[in-house]
Amino acid sequence: MVSRIMSWTYRRAVPTVDGMAQATRTGRRPSTLETLWRSTVGKKAVMAVSGLVMLLYLVFHMLGNLKVFFGPDDINGYAAWLRTLGQPFLGHGWFLWIARFGLLAAVGLHGVAAYQLSRRDLAARPTGYAHRRRRASYATRTMRWGGIILALFIVWHILDLTTLTVNPRAEEGHPYQNIVASFSHWYSCVIYIVAMLAVGLHVRHGFWSAAQTLGANNARRDRALKATANGLALVLTAGFLSVPVAVMTGVVS
Amino acid sequence: MNLTLRIWRQAGPDTAGSMTTYQVSGISPDMSFLEMLDTLNEELILRGDTPVAFDHDCREGICGACGMVINGRAHGPERTTTCQLHMRHFADGDTIDVEPWRAAAFPVVKDLVVDRSAFDRIIGSGGYITAPTGSAPEAHATPVPKEAADTAFEHAECIGCGACVAACPNGSAMLFTSAKVVHLNVLPQGAPERSGRVRSMVEAMDSEGFGGCTNTGECATACPKGIPLPSIAAMNREYLRSLR
Repeated sequence: MVSRIMSWTYRRAVPTVDGMAQATRTGRRPSTLETLWRSTVGKKAVMAVSGLVMLLYLVFHMLGNLKVFFGPDDINGYAAWLRTLGQPFLGHGWFLWIARFGLLAAVGLHGVAAYQLSRRDLAARPTGYAHRRRRASYATRTMRWGGIILALFIVWHILDLTTLTVNPRAEEGHPYQNIVASFSHWYSCVIYIVAMLAVGLHVRHGFWSAAQTLGANNARRDRALKATANGLALVLTAGFLSVPVAVMTGVVS
Repeated sequence: MNLTLRIWRQAGPDTAGSMTTYQVSGISPDMSFLEMLDTLNEELILRGDTPVAFDHDCREGICGACGMVINGRAHGPERTTTCQLHMRHFADGDTIDVEPWRAAAFPVVKDLVVDRSAFDRIIGSGGYITAPTGSAPEAHATPVPKEAADTAFEHAECIGCGACVAACPNGSAMLFTSAKVVHLNVLPQGAPERSGRVRSMVEAMDSEGFGGCTNTGECATACPKGIPLPSIAAMNREYLRSLR
């Protein structure tokens, strides 16, 4: 503590360029969250954390989906159990609503941060190069469009299997039957497959990028983190795609 | 070697520019890229044309003054500075596109010359330690762990040429700023001000209009001094730590 005070008074005594040694006792300093949201580095950290929250959810969602292979009773029972989670502390279905609001916040923060940062990034390179050259990997280049595709898919997906608005069967409490009914239509499968490929690509760059943004990466971990990102992307895409493929091939009906 | 050059010509900061085609002949493969441009400029002067303006100083690859985007790559096809790029990396009859660094924070001054003083302002915001200067201190007075010394040296290699910004699709200065932040923050001499430094430098970087990092890795690929991409992670770590 003594050394901190000393270095502080010392810094005050030396005239410096504004910024680094400018912190004064009286000036109102912006809050941590304000600083975080205002800087490109901080906003990217918000994107990273919200992205990781969604990724964690996707892992559990994918694992839950696989119950479709154990028959209607299994997955319908699982869906019913999710509504009883946390009882009696929570009421019936409360856990799902808490999760939904948490995910909504994550999607919202992720999207708003992505939009604002993208606007800034595009403005920072107003003139392109005449000599065009392919830059970065496909996953990296498609993050923005992939994100938009995923946002649209989330809307469709909720209308299809949560609110059942566009579901051909729309039988509440019977996800197995609703899934089979939905994937019996070609357009539903096309939408789903495109979105799941987009998820894979998004996770492939996103997971490693989040590690980089949160400062968890270093030269020694770089390869391991990239391999983990690829593994996660592959497992998630394969796991999610197995359901429509199973319905299309008649394994699940 | 005979070459076709398509070079960005722009008379001044506020005038419109365009790619202009030139033919050069009698180029030796041992010439550097800048010597090839010197040859072109001599011809242009003899013809009464305005020579192509470009930045250069040491021509030894250590000052960071030169830099242009050659065939879409900052400093051209080799991982070096433009002055150290030799014509043997091109083939006779090639068409070569030469453009200035492109970024909102690096406005074109003339032809291939851009104003990189935004970098100076980032340095001015925290790329130093607040200590009395004078005679060199006794070397053993402050022990520096070997690993820290190596990391600091690796990052001190940054010559501030701006290739990272030119290569980045977002015109981001993250690799440059991280090189400076990490260089000072890992050393005991830089440690007392590490929080203020990273916050101040990131703030200066943002206010200059550079884009954010999307982790494309283009910067580290273009860097003639090999500043590694995980340096950006190290700066992010320092920044988030400073907010705790």
